[in-house]
Amino acid sequence: MDLEVLIENVLNALAAGITIGCIYGLMCIGLGLIFGIMRIVNFAQGELLMLGMFSSLYLVTGGGVLAFLGPYIGPFVGALLAGPIVFAGGCLLHKFLIARVSGLRTTGSLDEGHFGQLIVTLGISLILQNGGLILFGSSPMTVRTPLASSAILVGPIYGDATVFLNKARLIAAAVAIVVAVSLYLVLEYTRLGKALRAASDNPTAATYMGIDTDKAYRIAFGLGAGITAIAGGLMATYLSFGPFIGLDYVIIMYSGVVLGGMGSILGAFWGGLTVGFVQQCSALVLPPQLQNAAIFVVFLLIVLLRPQGLFGRSAERA
Amino acid sequence: MRYGSAPRLKKDLVTLGIVSVAYLAVSAFVTNSYYQLILTLVPIWALFGVSWNILSGYGGQLSFGHASFFGIGAYVVTLALVYWDLTPWLGIPLGMIVAGCAALLIGIPTFRLKGHYFALSMLAYPLAILYFLQYLGFQEMSLPMHRDNPAAYLEFTNPHYYTLVAVLLLIAGVFVSMLVENSRFGLALLAIRQNELAAEAAGINALLWKMRALVVSGMLAAAAGGFYACVLLVVTPDSVFGMLVSAQAVVVTLFGGVASVWGPVIGAAILVPLAESLNAELGNILPGIQGVVYGVAIIGIMLASPDGLFWTIRDRFFIPKAPAPLPVSLGANAPTVKQPAAAGSLLMKVENLSRSFGGLRAVSGVSFEVFAGEILGIIGPNGAGKTTLFNLLNGVLGADEGSAILGGESMIGPKVHTVARMGVGRTFQVVRSFPRLPLLDNVIVGAYGAGFADAAAIASAAHALDRVGLAAQAGVPAGQLTNKQLRLMELARALAGAPRLLLLDETLAGLGRDECDDVLDVLLRLRGEGMTVVIIEHTMHAMMRIADRFVVLDHGRVLASGLPRTVVEDRSVIEAYLGKKWAAKQDA
Repeated sequence: MDLEVLIENVLNALAAGITIGCIYGLMCIGLGLIFGIMRIVNFAQGELLMLGMFSSLYLVTGGGVLAFLGPYIGPFVGALLAGPIVFAGGCLLHKFLIARVSGLRTTGSLDEGHFGQLIVTLGISLILQNGGLILFGSSPMTVRTPLASSAILVGPIYGDATVFLNKARLIAAAVAIVVAVSLYLVLEYTRLGKALRAASDNPTAATYMGIDTDKAYRIAFGLGAGITAIAGGLMATYLSFGPFIGLDYVIIMYSGVVLGGMGSILGAFWGGLTVGFVQQCSALVLPPQLQNAAIFVVFLLIVLLRPQGLFGRSAERA
Repeated sequence: MRYGSAPRLKKDLVTLGIVSVAYLAVSAFVTNSYYQLILTLVPIWALFGVSWNILSGYGGQLSFGHASFFGIGAYVVTLALVYWDLTPWLGIPLGMIVAGCAALLIGIPTFRLKGHYFALSMLAYPLAILYFLQYLGFQEMSLPMHRDNPAAYLEFTNPHYYTLVAVLLLIAGVFVSMLVENSRFGLALLAIRQNELAAEAAGINALLWKMRALVVSGMLAAAAGGFYACVLLVVTPDSVFGMLVSAQAVVVTLFGGVASVWGPVIGAAILVPLAESLNAELGNILPGIQGVVYGVAIIGIMLASPDGLFWTIRDRFFIPKAPAPLPVSLGANAPTVKQPAAAGSLLMKVENLSRSFGGLRAVSGVSFEVFAGEILGIIGPNGAGKTTLFNLLNGVLGADEGSAILGGESMIGPKVHTVARMGVGRTFQVVRSFPRLPLLDNVIVGAYGAGFADAAAIASAAHALDRVGLAAQAGVPAGQLTNKQLRLMELARALAGAPRLLLLDETLAGLGRDECDDVLDVLLRLRGEGMTVVIIEHTMHAMMRIADRFVVLDHGRVLASGLPRTVVEDRSVIEAYLGKKWAAKQDA
């Protein structure tokens, strides 16, 4: 292969890896809250992502209330607003369903209630996918923005090798970073954040300290749902999607969370970033059908070699 | 066979026969080919559920990715038929063998993981295979028809025969599941699910049993998948390796009843026709309606009966009879220690044992000896390294340096269950019981762990229960016992393996004074029978009463050792326990 072409391909893969990785990172933070910290096995996380995409779609396109924002700002505002919408949905889901199979109710019980969580979230996932099929139809959608088809050119760097930075992805990545950092600050430094982390980490102790764990859980679950939904809204700007898209991403999210080390928000972000990066870079050497297989292989390798995650502190003790 | 399982097995086999005949009789009257297909799919999915149930239901090793084995079965049958013209009658067994090998390959690395990590890794395997098959171009494979001699190729013009084969496969699967449930295999899996470390400390080789469960489970799943391909005549990676396939196994089992032979069968019998007929009736008007109803159904059943339909029905309508007391003669032929050490001879010698966690020297250069027939008390303030010492001795932790020799064999290096088999019984600071199993089964786990045959194991467990005074409670689930009874149960479990040495970690913790005395009486009686005991304890008055000698640990080191009187008057011991100021005050 011509050196120039090679360099151009590598640089573009790196650029795509980083921008998509940031969005994956945000997506993984959502699951990181729910699975990494609250230890709830949530099979429906992919469907929350899907809900984020459709929320954004219906807000900003066609007759949506935010359609006046136009195709440049609208999609990103829509993505951000998908957060609170799915947050509310997540809180309701938790209040009526998840709370019954998690938290204090199952602490110390056989299998820590994972069987129950598994089946309830699987049920939610089936309802949302197929309900989505009924409500939204099966034809692929996208939140159209002209930004998705234009790029910032960097270079030429070496000979004619130029890096193309897709504008939609670039802005989406920037928004993802801002949201991730804000969430981190909220969780780390506010009273609410401390209460959430305490309740999730050790519900019994948190209850003794006077924290309303039910409420804290609800909010934490809602936040996890909302954050993933924002990532979904951002992805909707450059990707076509349907009601079953969640299936493609749920394993990616779990890979990211496990990779980053359970229980760490920053870790989840880095984990997601790494997965996105690996996925994009594998495009250089692997045929498209094998790119997803590559993620699973990398995931398996990491889980087997470093179960505490790349960025985790230590493995769980027996 | 497990204790009392013969009548249950007999009853279950009769039920299986009646249900199968009734099912086939009903299916003979169904003429609509679509309904006939549903009747064939029910046993297939039930078999898949049965296979998942062995690994994840009994063994508690949650697998999100059982489609790996289902899909392997389906693809081996299809590819063998297409490329080698191999009849599915042989293709299905071949698929089972391949799946069994795949189970070994998957199990060896994946069983290093526990809990969440195990479940998630299992999810990744079928998806990786799925994309790989797509890459290889096996997108959509049809099974070629054989008009000349269809039956030889598992093809029937009369769809009733498909149902017959499916039911026969399911009968075989359910029978395997019954054998597992009623043997030491099932008891080992149940014990592992409820408390893996306790099972290992009782001598159960958890890895080996889990591996066997995975292989058996994978082979059954492959049989289901292989026949599924024959019925549908078309396979795609998504239809046999997809996430929804894995979900199917989980859903029918959890819906019907987890860790029960009948659970997957009940689940499949209700859910498969429900989903399929909804799809047929309403699929055109509301695509996906069956998914929604399916989802609502499993959430509803989960909230209403978390363990599945079978257990709820059983608990509601079949009140279990009060367990019959054990026959007195049961414990008569209990096996005993093979070569009991002569009283007073050296049994265990610990030399220079050390272990650090990062910069913390939890156990540092510890040496002491244990003589046969004595009670050695290990005392020391919190954090002195007492439990870590036990963890080193029975293989839970590896030692950095030093040795521990028990009757000529090294205890450092072998895994937990191997140390248990060397004749070391161990109890834990926090009681590790198997809450759902009756007391007798809890104790039998220890006897199986020691490698006893069925009759000997039952006898040994009954004898052990008798020795600790719990014979009357043998049929009570461990979850209903008092704290004292649980402590004694753990002791009995350790005794059931006919150990040479007992390591007891704070056996008296949380007991009232009277209860404490009861347990101490049991320990003294055991010493009278020649048992050697090393016990960690905080309660000084109790230790003064029973211990022959003390070893005092502080900050991981041996501070003093010797006769109780001399040790408690040792100045350094008083300092360690009560502080330097107190010691100085005493001197003044």
